[in-house]
Amino acid sequence: MKLLSYFRGEAFQRGVHPPGFKHTADMPIRRLPFAPRLVVPLSQHIGRPSRPIVRVGEEVVRGQPIAEADGWLSVPQHAPATGVVEAIELRPSARGPWTESIVIRVYEASTQEVLWGAPQDMDAFPPQEILLAVQRTGMVGQGGAAFPSHAKLALPAGASVETLVINGCECEPYLTCDHRLMVEHSSDLMVGIRHAMRATGAKRAIIGVEDNKPEAAEVLRRALPPTGDIFVEKVPTKYPQGSEKMLITALFGVEIPSGKLPLALGMVVHNVGTLAALGRLLPSGQGLVERVITVAGPGVKRPGNYRVPIGTPLSFVLAQAGAQVSGAGQARQVILGGPMMGQSVASLDVPVTKGVSGVLVFRGEDMAANEGRKTYPCIKCGECVESCPMGLNPSMLGMLAARREYDLMGEKYHLGDCFECGSCTWICPSNIPLVQQFRIAKQILREKAVA
Amino acid sequence: MSALTEIRSAPHIKSPRSVEQIMRNVVFSLLPVCAFFVYQYGLSAAASILVVTAACLLTERLFVRLGGQAGDLSDYSATITGVLLGLTLPPGFPLWMGFVAGFTAIALGKALFGGIGFNVFNPALVGRAFVQAAFPAAIATYTPSFLPGRFTEFIPSSLAWPLMAPADTAAWLKGMQLDAWTGATPLAKWKFEGTLTDAGDLLTSLAGHMAVGPSPALILLCGAYLALRRFMDWRIPAAILGSAGLTAWLIYAIGGPKYPDPFFMLFSGGLILGAVYMATDMATSPVTPRGMWVYGGLIGVLTVMIRYYGGLPEGVMYAILIANAATPLIEQITQPTPFGKGASIRAGRSASYTLHPDYISREEAAAKTSKKRFFKNKPKKP
Repeated sequence: MKLLSYFRGEAFQRGVHPPGFKHTADMPIRRLPFAPRLVVPLSQHIGRPSRPIVRVGEEVVRGQPIAEADGWLSVPQHAPATGVVEAIELRPSARGPWTESIVIRVYEASTQEVLWGAPQDMDAFPPQEILLAVQRTGMVGQGGAAFPSHAKLALPAGASVETLVINGCECEPYLTCDHRLMVEHSSDLMVGIRHAMRATGAKRAIIGVEDNKPEAAEVLRRALPPTGDIFVEKVPTKYPQGSEKMLITALFGVEIPSGKLPLALGMVVHNVGTLAALGRLLPSGQGLVERVITVAGPGVKRPGNYRVPIGTPLSFVLAQAGAQVSGAGQARQVILGGPMMGQSVASLDVPVTKGVSGVLVFRGEDMAANEGRKTYPCIKCGECVESCPMGLNPSMLGMLAARREYDLMGEKYHLGDCFECGSCTWICPSNIPLVQQFRIAKQILREKAVA
Repeated sequence: MSALTEIRSAPHIKSPRSVEQIMRNVVFSLLPVCAFFVYQYGLSAAASILVVTAACLLTERLFVRLGGQAGDLSDYSATITGVLLGLTLPPGFPLWMGFVAGFTAIALGKALFGGIGFNVFNPALVGRAFVQAAFPAAIATYTPSFLPGRFTEFIPSSLAWPLMAPADTAAWLKGMQLDAWTGATPLAKWKFEGTLTDAGDLLTSLAGHMAVGPSPALILLCGAYLALRRFMDWRIPAAILGSAGLTAWLIYAIGGPKYPDPFFMLFSGGLILGAVYMATDMATSPVTPRGMWVYGGLIGVLTVMIRYYGGLPEGVMYAILIANAATPLIEQITQPTPFGKGASIRAGRSASYTLHPDYISREEAAAKTSKKRFFKNKPKKP
């Protein structure tokens, strides 16, 4: 099989080729207006929630810290707009449960300039201070995982990093925000890469871009600094290339040992969005108050790549992008992230957070085709086995899940290696919700492990 | 301000591939093969395929109604079973026996195990094995192809009354005055009379009045369509034909001319039809890529062994049935190697960049790249 992948010019084994739907790839990033109220959840990242440092009724300036990091694995939050703190209360979040959030009523008359933050000479900072500066920006992984960036840049004792890998694959259909960032903010990206290389001690940086974005790769090549230690590499388009393990396989031809981080091979992987934002925020000493998201899907009349303040409610984003929320042709499903791994949201009051890369809207008629599809028993066609990038046997796992043999799945069939990319479910001709079964199984195994 | 939205689990898009689509394409790809079979044998062949398929569909409908099993006629799987079974029976097979074969195929081969996806043995072959045991004389009675009046009259044995013995075709054939007709399939001729048929003639099935099934060349062509559109896994036929050819060649090379040449082995009997359409039945073949090679290899070797050393001239059916039974075991021992758990994590040939040569991980000594390719600080390809 390795030989086959080699002849096909594929970078990593297996995987799938869902249609791209990258209709917004040529649309420049535009700024969205400010919503009347912004909701900043205190827990937008993996780790401990931030601690609020403002009170209800307090006036805040755009860019001012409104919550501080609670420990190392946590980040501060910054006011996304000039206004007044209206409430600190529970608000709906994308994951479902209501979480503690700071609600800011935006001053309509304000110019919304970022007035907070003092420029800092990043080149004079030693690596440890760069990490602290990164933490002060409140940056988390912009690709979707929302893991605090400074914690990812920090090396555990004894580890060393030689290569910084920058993930510009954006393998999810519909999403184009990273593409636009690479095209429009390549110089910011280079600044961010330089600081990240200094923070980790990496000797080289490699930007991996899928070859369906030749324009982005071209722009990046032209923006490369003369130092010669940053490279741009096009990798063959295939889902899920954007997973760091797959990208490393595509670039270096090695597999990260199961259960290990890229650090085991002396690598750290960051998203282009993260480093482009850091490249802009670090020198000016500002915090993360906005991000670029792709608003797309068949239910959106004005799709595009929009720069939105953190905390903008989805209902406002949808209204601006021309998605109907009631009546005929209304949005029936709203997804945060890409269509392969993104999350459906239950409420349109959910705000855009730091880890949201896209908002996709599907209407009833767009979903009708799959609506009536029957779920058959597994016919053992083996398509899932040939699409699983982790080399698992989803067919067997699915049959075991149906029988609730969760322990067997974990022990013998490597369930723990599944990262829920959805390739098996996408391809399954029997329409079996494999990934959902695996999520449940993993959750049950986690609970068992704790108990 | 709360619109009605639905929560669903990712992935939110779906490939157009479906069970119906796969099965429908298999049926379509079988149509040219059926047409050729009818062209060879005329009215009787057409009636045989129709009756057997109808029996399969009726039985499927009955059990889906009775048993609450998933799937129904619209998924085309029973149609495939019927058409394949019809193609493997002799064209002059009494129609009522064909009906029994069709009923057994679905009832015993599929419904008993739980319907689509759960069957352990290929249903068409279960049906054929049953009638082979029940009606050994009728299933061994072949009539020549390309008879002059084949489109206007039935082979007399076809129209036997249910539960009655079929009419004798030998006397009927005598009246035709065919030259060089001995009343046996090429395999039976080789096994019992020691005469070989030319492999080229077998490949096209067009020469003379041979008692053979549809042309292997046509079946391979239809199979190639399925494999290209990925409705069938190419590994299984490749493994079967490879291993059967290799085994036959080895025996031919060692044992000398008393054994037939490998091409005769490959193109005679039902090997091509079995390799392309029977063994590739999804539910009864392994899902793991390595398992497919093992499974196909097993079928190839078993087929040749049964043909050479067994009492029967043809061995494809039993070879596939035995391999079907071994499928769960084969799957067990050929599970794919998960990402990052393989023995070797050295850089592959597709690598654009090397790992740093100075870097030797303490935990993973194998992560070291080969000495040839040192850190060059630039991509190999521009």
